[in-house]
Amino acid sequence: MQRLQGLLHSFPWLSPLILFVVTFAFFSILNPRFAEPGGISILIQQTAIVAALGIGQTLIILTAGIDLSVGAITILAMMIMATLAANNGVPGLLALLIGIAMAVAAGFLNGILVTKVNLPPFIVTLGTLSIFTAIALLYSGGSSIQQDKLPRLLNFLGEGFGPRGGLRLTWGVVLVVILYLIVGFALGQTAWGRHVYAVGDDPESARLSGVASKRVLLSVYTVAGLIYGFAAWALIGRAGAATPNAITDANLASITAVVIGGTSLFGGRGRLIGTLLGALIVQSFSFGLSLAGVNQQWRLLATGVLVLVAVTVDQWIRKVKS
Amino acid sequence: MHIRHVSSSRTVRRALASAGIVGLALGAAACGSSDSGSGSSGGTDKIGVALITKDSSNPFFVAMQNGAKADAAKQNVNLTVASGKQEGDDQGQITAIEDAIARGDKGILITPMSTGVNAAIKKARDAGLYVIALDTPPDPANTVDITFATDNRLAGQLIGKWAASTLDGKPATIAMLDLFNDKIVSVDYNRDQGFLEGMGIDVADGKKNGDEAKTGKYTGGKGGDYTIVCNEPSNGAEDGGRTAMENCLSKNPKINVVYTINEPAAVGASTALKAAGVNDAIVVSIDGGCAGVKAVKDGTIGATAQQYPLKMATMGMEAIASIARGGTKPTTSEGLDFFNTGVALVTDKPAAGVDSITTDAASKICWG
Repeated sequence: MQRLQGLLHSFPWLSPLILFVVTFAFFSILNPRFAEPGGISILIQQTAIVAALGIGQTLIILTAGIDLSVGAITILAMMIMATLAANNGVPGLLALLIGIAMAVAAGFLNGILVTKVNLPPFIVTLGTLSIFTAIALLYSGGSSIQQDKLPRLLNFLGEGFGPRGGLRLTWGVVLVVILYLIVGFALGQTAWGRHVYAVGDDPESARLSGVASKRVLLSVYTVAGLIYGFAAWALIGRAGAATPNAITDANLASITAVVIGGTSLFGGRGRLIGTLLGALIVQSFSFGLSLAGVNQQWRLLATGVLVLVAVTVDQWIRKVKS
Repeated sequence: MHIRHVSSSRTVRRALASAGIVGLALGAAACGSSDSGSGSSGGTDKIGVALITKDSSNPFFVAMQNGAKADAAKQNVNLTVASGKQEGDDQGQITAIEDAIARGDKGILITPMSTGVNAAIKKARDAGLYVIALDTPPDPANTVDITFATDNRLAGQLIGKWAASTLDGKPATIAMLDLFNDKIVSVDYNRDQGFLEGMGIDVADGKKNGDEAKTGKYTGGKGGDYTIVCNEPSNGAEDGGRTAMENCLSKNPKINVVYTINEPAAVGASTALKAAGVNDAIVVSIDGGCAGVKAVKDGTIGATAQQYPLKMATMGMEAIASIARGGTKPTTSEGLDFFNTGVALVTDKPAAGVDSITTDAASKICWG
């Protein structure tokens, strides 16, 4: 038992991996369609958006912060891209870049409020959640913009490759995988990544050991904004429209993925791959229970139980005697 | 709301006719009061009215808000627009109702989110406000003074009949993309169950989605075998519609009839169908927004039942203004427990036995 505890402590991504394998096996036995190539493709596509948002959320939670404006920034960027292209005749590439730039600016604003005005991240993003949502609604007039009014570039991430009914992936999924590889490398292999962990662990001692804590924090919020901008692009392709009604549960879904993925809400501990696994686990439950004909209430209940189990296991692992 | 088995075309005509009559009566009442207003100072007083929708982003509600805003100046009404943050945000509506009472508004136009806002509505009526429900009748209907709504049951029946007739005797493998499946909302079960009634399927409890037999015979059109594959929640949005459709196709890839709660959900569903290479499914929906009508025109949606949110809002506001200036109260449409603002089936592939209008005609009177 102690050896298991030690093992899980050394590899924080191991417990979500085990949980995912168990979940996957369980639903595959329950309904063979779940594990067929067609089923796996759908699971991956359904997970992609929350998984992408989870990257930004992980970065921020690693610094002991939290981001409640995830969904709002994504919707803002999506509506800006689509409105510019559909209503103002801006070329697709330019509209996309402006949309992503606005997401970066939104993340940067969160960062400034956290580092320069010294407000707690929870308060900052609680405020900007409403502000960004309102701007998105005001700017877009609140209505959806259908796919056929948008240039192909904005819809592109919804297009896919691979046989129908077989293992079929969209370019949106490919983009999310690339984002995981890049941010995973930056966190694990660069000085910036080490600083993110250090700031999350103890900002004061990080500062004393020469890390520019505030600059690192500001960069984390800004990078998170950039990732939400890419997620907005992928979301247009997935929904078949740009709509301010999308991803109403993005904030809690992304935080849930991070927590189940084994990243500590107190900062400084966790792995990005855990978040990907966390998002996959939650979506497996949702998709698997749906295949089994189980109602939505039970899917929600399952998610709640998962969070509590994951955090309990995490607490137990951290009690390891060093 | 009781189940009707009368011919739908007759019901439509009757509904439209009665809508016209009451509309005229309301118009006359409004004219009368503005005439007297020019003589005395009574009619020139600004009447406070609150419009509280479910959210501020669904084109349906946006059309409602814009229509009411444009009409408010003409009616000398001080209109305050509020809404929940999203579908399911009861608390946002309750706060808006309390605000309206505190502001001294004469009446409230509300699309009630769920039975969760009933108590707040009662508080408003106790405080002397005239409350009109728009689009969604509350449960029970007498929670409000009157409801101005689309006959959602009839809207569902129209698309159900059309789907059955279009199938032409082929077996129906049906996906039901509802609004929710963890909350009971009247618009949700009326459209869902109305659709099944239109198909000629026994719905068991007419106020409960998903309790009907999963397989059996439908009697609409030429009749045939049916299988209901799934009842999935779409949240009435594109991304929800897509996920719901994917889940249903995973259960049974042979789905050839797709019912959707509204057109955003239908758009999401058709994206999923396209991705799965299913090109021959009949997709039906309800709303009749301009984007939805266009989707019917280009074949993404087979048929949709069009409703008229602008009319609901402007007529509702005019009624409150009229009552506040001493006019008469509106009455419900004959045979219904609400005032029917009309519904029409929109398709370019008319089916035998179901009256419909073309997309060209519908696009002239669409909203959003």
